[in-house]
Amino acid sequence: MSFVLVQVIVGGLLLGAVYALFSSGLTLVWGMMNIVNFAHGDFVMLGMYVAYVVYTLMGGGPLLGAPLATLVLATVGVVVYFALIRDIMKGPMLAQILGTFGLALLLRYSVFWWFGANFLSMPPDIVGGTYAFAGLRIEASRLLAGVVALLVTLGLHLLLTRTSLGSKMLAVAEDQTAAQLMGIRPDTMQAIAWAIAAGATGLAGALIANFFYIVPTVGETLGIVAFVTVSLGGFGSVPGALVAGLLIGVIESLSGYLIGAIYKDIVVYVLFLLFLWFRPQGLMGKI
Amino acid sequence: MRRWIWLSVVAAFAIAYPLLLSSPFQQRLGALVLLYAIAASAWNIVGGYAGQVSVGHVVFFGCGAYAAMGSYAKFGLSPLFGIPSGIVIAVGLAAIVGVPTLRLSGHYFSMATIAVAETMRLIVTNTDWLGAAVGLSGPTVPRNIFDLSFLSSLPYYYLFLLVLVITLFITWWMTNSRMGFYLRAIKDSERAARSLGAPASRTKLYAYMLSAALTSVSGALYAMMFGFVDPESGLGILISVKILIMAALGGAGLLFGPLVGAAILVPLEEISNSWLGGKGAGLTFVVYGAIIVLIARFQPGGLLSLFTQRRKSKSDTGAGHAP
Repeated sequence: MSFVLVQVIVGGLLLGAVYALFSSGLTLVWGMMNIVNFAHGDFVMLGMYVAYVVYTLMGGGPLLGAPLATLVLATVGVVVYFALIRDIMKGPMLAQILGTFGLALLLRYSVFWWFGANFLSMPPDIVGGTYAFAGLRIEASRLLAGVVALLVTLGLHLLLTRTSLGSKMLAVAEDQTAAQLMGIRPDTMQAIAWAIAAGATGLAGALIANFFYIVPTVGETLGIVAFVTVSLGGFGSVPGALVAGLLIGVIESLSGYLIGAIYKDIVVYVLFLLFLWFRPQGLMGKI
Repeated sequence: MRRWIWLSVVAAFAIAYPLLLSSPFQQRLGALVLLYAIAASAWNIVGGYAGQVSVGHVVFFGCGAYAAMGSYAKFGLSPLFGIPSGIVIAVGLAAIVGVPTLRLSGHYFSMATIAVAETMRLIVTNTDWLGAAVGLSGPTVPRNIFDLSFLSSLPYYYLFLLVLVITLFITWWMTNSRMGFYLRAIKDSERAARSLGAPASRTKLYAYMLSAALTSVSGALYAMMFGFVDPESGLGILISVKILIMAALGGAGLLFGPLVGAAILVPLEEISNSWLGGKGAGLTFVVYGAIIVLIARFQPGGLLSLFTQRRKSKSDTGAGHAP
C-alpha cells in the first residue's frame, strides 16, 4: 500500500471521528424521542460560524471557540426543544418533518442573509503547523479535531450507559409514564438530550471550522452525512454512529482520491440509499 | 350548493384575471401562481393524501424540465415532446425509488427522497451531455407555435390554467375512487388498513407515481416558460421546499390547499425579490422557514383546515350526537 493511500485513510478517519460526534447527537434524539431533526446539519453549520465569529471578533482560537460553540448550541437545543419540538412531537408526522425542516431553512438563510454566500475559512495555521511522522503529514487542526471528537463521542457513550443521568434518559426513552412514576421528569430529560445533541454539533462545527470551508449551505451536506451515519449505525446507537462515522470518513476520502473529488458526495448518497433499501436497521441496530 | 357558487366565482376570477390585471408583471405573476399550484397539487397527492412527505420532489420536476429542453436542444423537437417523455422518465424513477422506500416508515422516505434529489443534481451537474452546470436552453426564436415560446405571459397563463384544472380534476377523481378510500385508511392507520385487506404498499406507490407524472408536467411547463433549465433551477432542493411549503400552508390533503398556498407565497416572493433585489433571496427563505415552523407548531393542517374544522364542528353539533 502506498504512502498516499495511508495518508488518505488517516485523513478519512480523523474527519470520520467528527462525523461520528455530530451524528451521535442525531442518533440520541432520534432513538430517545423518535423524532428526526432535519436541522441537525445546520446546527453544525451554526457551530462553525460561532467559531468563525469568535476568531474574527476576539482573535480567539479553538480553545475559546470550541467551548463557546458547544455552549451556544446547547442553549439553542434547549430553546428549540421547548419552543418547537415538545409540541410537534405529539402532532402528525407531516408537522414533525415540516417543523424541523422549516427550522433548517430559518437557520440556514438567516446566516446566509447576515454573512452572505461567500466561502469563508480560518487561517491555516490557527491550531499549529503540520506534523510529520513516519512519512505521514498531518495537519494539527485535523489531528485536534479527530482526537477530541473521538474522546467526546466515547465520553458520550459512557455518559449514556454508566451514569444515573444516562439511565434516567434511557428510562424516558423506554416508557415515559413508567419513568414519570419513578420520579423522573420526561420533559427535563428530553431537554437535556437536546442540549447534549446540539452541544455535540456545536463542538463538531467548531472543530471542523479550522480546516473546512465555511458557508451557510454546508449544513445540507453535513445533515445528509449525519443521516447516512445514523442509518448505517442503527438509530439510537452511539457506538454504531462511531463505527459508521469512521467508515464514512474513510469511504469519502478514498472515493475522493480514487474517483475524483466531485464524486465523493455521490458515493456517500448512493451508499445511503443502498443501505435504506437493503438494510434499514443499520449495521448494528435491530428492528 | 354554496360550494358550487364559490367554485364558479373562483373559476370566473381565474379566467378573467389576466384581462382585468393586464400589466406584464401581473400576468407573469398569475402564470407563476398557477405553475406552482400545479406542482404543489401534484405533491399533494403523495404528501397530503398518502401522507408520505417527499422532500425530493424536485427530481421529477427536473425530469420534465430537462426532457422539455432536451427535446429541443438535443433532438430539435418541440419542447412539447418533453411532457410525455418526462412523464415516462419520472414514473420510472418513482417506481425505482418508491418500491424499496415506501415500505419504510415516513422519516426514512423523506430522507431517501432528499438523497435521490441531491444525487441526481450532482450527476446532472457533472454530465456534459445535459449541459453540466450551464444547463440546456430552449428555442431563442420560435420556429412555429409548437415551440411554445411566447414573449407575453398570457398564453402561458391559460395553458397553466388548463393543466391546473386537469390536475385538480385527477386529484378529485382519485379521492373519490377506491384508491382515495384506501389512501385515507392507510393515512389513518397503515396497520389497520393492511389487516382489512387494503393493498397499502401498492396504493402508496401508485399515488407516488401519479404525483411524479404530474410534477414532471409542471417542470416541463416551467422550462417552456423560462426557456432554459440548469441544475439549480431544475433540480435544486429549494424548489421541492417551495412546493412542499405551498401545499402545507394552504392545507395538505385538501383539494384547493396547494392553490391557496401558491396564491399567498408566490406574490410574497416576487414582491420581496423586486423590493429587496438580490439581498431578498436569503430573506425570502428566512420568511419561508418561519412560516413552515409556525404552521407545523400551530396549524399543522394548513390554513384551509381552519374552515373545514369549523364546518365539521358545526355539523357535529347540528347532527346532535355526542362524540
